[in-house]
Amino acid sequence: MGGYVPNTKAQQQQMLKAIGHSSFDDLYQVIPESMRVKSLNLEPGKSELEVRRIMEGLAAENKPFKSIFRGAGSYDHYIPSVVKSVTSKESFLTAYTPYQAEISQGVLQSIFEYQTMICELTGMDVSNASVYDGPVAAAEAVLMCETRKRSRVVLSGALHPHVIEVVKTYCDARSVDVTVVPPKGGKTDIKGVKTALKDDAACLCFQQPGYYGIIEDAEALCVLAHEAGAKAVMSVNPIAMALLKSPAECGADVAVGEGQPLGIAMGFGGPYLGFMATTQRMMRQLPGRIVGKTTDSRGGRAFVLTLQAREQHIRREKASSNICSNQALCAMTASVYLAAMGPGGLEACATQCHSKAVYAMEQLTSIKGVSLCYDEPFFHEFVTTCPVDPEMLNRRLEEEGILGGLPVDEGLLWCVTEKQSKEDIDRMVAVVREVCEL
Amino acid sequence: MKLIFERSYKGRGSAHLPKCDVPVCQLPESMMRSEKPALPEVSEIELVRHYTELEKQTFGVNDGFYPLGSCTMKYNPRINEEMAALPGFTNIHPLQNTDTVQGCMEVLYKAEEYLNEITGMDRFTMQPSAGAHGEFAGLLLIRAWHLHKGNTKRTKIIVPDSAHGTNPATVSMAGYETVNVPSTKDGLVDLDALREAVGENTAGLMLTNPNTFGLFDPNIGEITKIIHDAGGLCYYDGANLNAVMGQARPGDMGFDCVHLNVHKTFSTPHGGGGPGAGPVGCKAFLAPFLPGPVVEKEDGVFKFKTPELSFGRVRGFHGNFLVIVKTLSYILSLGREGIPEASANAVLNANYLLNRISDDYDIASGPHCMHEFVITLERLQKETGVSALDVAKRLIDYGMHPPTMYFPLNVKEALMVEPVETESLETLDEAAEIFKQVMKEARENPELLHGAPHNAPIGRPDEVNAARNPVLKYTP
Repeated sequence: MGGYVPNTKAQQQQMLKAIGHSSFDDLYQVIPESMRVKSLNLEPGKSELEVRRIMEGLAAENKPFKSIFRGAGSYDHYIPSVVKSVTSKESFLTAYTPYQAEISQGVLQSIFEYQTMICELTGMDVSNASVYDGPVAAAEAVLMCETRKRSRVVLSGALHPHVIEVVKTYCDARSVDVTVVPPKGGKTDIKGVKTALKDDAACLCFQQPGYYGIIEDAEALCVLAHEAGAKAVMSVNPIAMALLKSPAECGADVAVGEGQPLGIAMGFGGPYLGFMATTQRMMRQLPGRIVGKTTDSRGGRAFVLTLQAREQHIRREKASSNICSNQALCAMTASVYLAAMGPGGLEACATQCHSKAVYAMEQLTSIKGVSLCYDEPFFHEFVTTCPVDPEMLNRRLEEEGILGGLPVDEGLLWCVTEKQSKEDIDRMVAVVREVCEL
Repeated sequence: MKLIFERSYKGRGSAHLPKCDVPVCQLPESMMRSEKPALPEVSEIELVRHYTELEKQTFGVNDGFYPLGSCTMKYNPRINEEMAALPGFTNIHPLQNTDTVQGCMEVLYKAEEYLNEITGMDRFTMQPSAGAHGEFAGLLLIRAWHLHKGNTKRTKIIVPDSAHGTNPATVSMAGYETVNVPSTKDGLVDLDALREAVGENTAGLMLTNPNTFGLFDPNIGEITKIIHDAGGLCYYDGANLNAVMGQARPGDMGFDCVHLNVHKTFSTPHGGGGPGAGPVGCKAFLAPFLPGPVVEKEDGVFKFKTPELSFGRVRGFHGNFLVIVKTLSYILSLGREGIPEASANAVLNANYLLNRISDDYDIASGPHCMHEFVITLERLQKETGVSALDVAKRLIDYGMHPPTMYFPLNVKEALMVEPVETESLETLDEAAEIFKQVMKEARENPELLHGAPHNAPIGRPDEVNAARNPVLKYTP
């Protein structure tokens, strides 16, 4: 009901008169008559109460689950209350990209802190201020590695399928070839990768843990890439980084990942957060915004958007990426989450994810016909066989308010986070047992 | 002020998780990292105070007048935030069975219907997550269509020289070459230059209308015809849709595809640099090439379908879904009359402010504008040494966010002003007085402006040093 326009009809007339017009139509004289909209075929505007009813009605058409045992790129972690309270602050919410540094130090400093935290998690030297999501981060990363002589990227088939699809879209547009090496035993096929790398590969991109949850021998994969003269791009789960060898320790050149697990709601897939970090050497190939520290005219510490010579508004058609503003508030969400959890809290979260996943796996595989598909160390996801129709099993779980594992070719891909209590896991296992053993 | 790391004290923190209620398992030692990440260790009160202090050093729309040209800094209704925070949306896993997410799918479906009507398009994808991302998806759509027709020779995209930098960067990302066409002196497309530029290698045109001067190109029908006659397609950059929504539709101007910046036009907030969303719409003949999946309705049930000739995904899952929730909520609020009312008042406010300050400021974009106008301070700079930057920084001292600086590129000492429809007459009058006062100061006391801002949390930062000696993270 109205476009939040504060001026009254009388004021609008007064203003029109002041600029020498008698009606709004005069303002649009320049638009050819044949192109003017007579009336939009939309419903009349609604009051706030009506809008609320409609939107709440739509939300009620969805079924949120009490217990979630599905991950595959979107993870149900506990989000501390302080995260939402901080990121709902109105100045953060309603500010633009911090072009005017003098009145944007809050956003700029928060990005600087975010960059530092991403560097800590990944062990890398330099992080950007974020990109759209994990798959886009991987796509931007493989393109950072491309050179005239090396214009082919090698992807592990154990990457998330959306990562593979998005990388293909980005590479296809630039005529960069993509070789996908099918996974073997639920993880990256090391032999296959070695063959695929040859001498024209720009990089190898793989995921830690892999799509099926298995912890990859990341060091060996980075060595393979480097031996072939290619770069190593490692996509990591940020929660797992509390425990696992960091990309820097493994020798990766670019570390990327989906930042959603860091305090961002599942939200039916977005908005999420792509993080990207790299070595000092590749700093200037990094796309996106970067915040740097400097001093102001009074000699104090100040933060600014920097290294802008890489970016589209300076380089135009010579820029390597068109990305500009993207997920700033999601990056802040991740920082607040990491600061709230602290190193101890994050490690506890990761350890609980792993321990509960192991417990769930042990319980599930005690069921007749359910066995672990790949006997390898995993973080918080694993694949089991399913002796019954997986869809049917999931329907039964849904009735109990449980979102079961994701159906995949081999059976079901399960995920267990710290949010599920032992009781939740036992309840889920009991339903699966009932369905499978009857 | 302190960094969060400088507030850290070893052993401090808050308890968010219960004790582990299953046997604790450790991963093999060989897989574990040797050095723990040095994250801050702070109590909740320190964390909250830290960000409260950061907020005080951040200027948003809710802090004051924000006439940042080409960014459409309108008021962000609170209801939209609350609706996007409903647990029935936030707690939904993107890979749930479709019969448990019919509400989310209806949000996507309805938003698409409304955006089709507003733009004159037939189908939309919600995957692109920002304007630039939408541009990329839009050009891939054009590319997929040409390639499907077996046409590999169309390798060039025409971009006017007044375009946003993202346009030519997008052209390169999509594997095309940019052909820059000069604008006339008022920023309109030079028709002769355009006719000269098109040919058998033309894949398409990217155009913002109203353009970056805030002017509606009256030749738009001829422009899109020239491109179509040459065998190319026309892409509408929706950055400035707020001027014409409900008044004129890109689809009726001859455009084949379009991206929208919902964080601008549809008021889902900017968030200090995202997340927004950049849905891409197209005419029916391009729909088979859209990224998948899209939502279809069959017998009252919503289903996901991947278009048969889809060029692929541009991101994971379904895009910035919760931003689309806010878009829908906003469109429902405005509705049939509210949408044209918003654009008309945006144009009125811009013309009113232009008129109020045109005695003191040279307007590069002429006496009439759409939703924004461009000031040139070339004369002031020559006469007094006061630059557009100086004027912008002095405006900060008066509690106003500066206009966009040094854009468009073909105007010297440019300031681009976009007052938006949600500002009142009183605010515009105050702003006009501030502009007037700053011009007076510029003439009488240039030094005052060179040193501005004087009342901001910091003085001007040394950007050269920041780029020359990059310090991009905290080290103790």
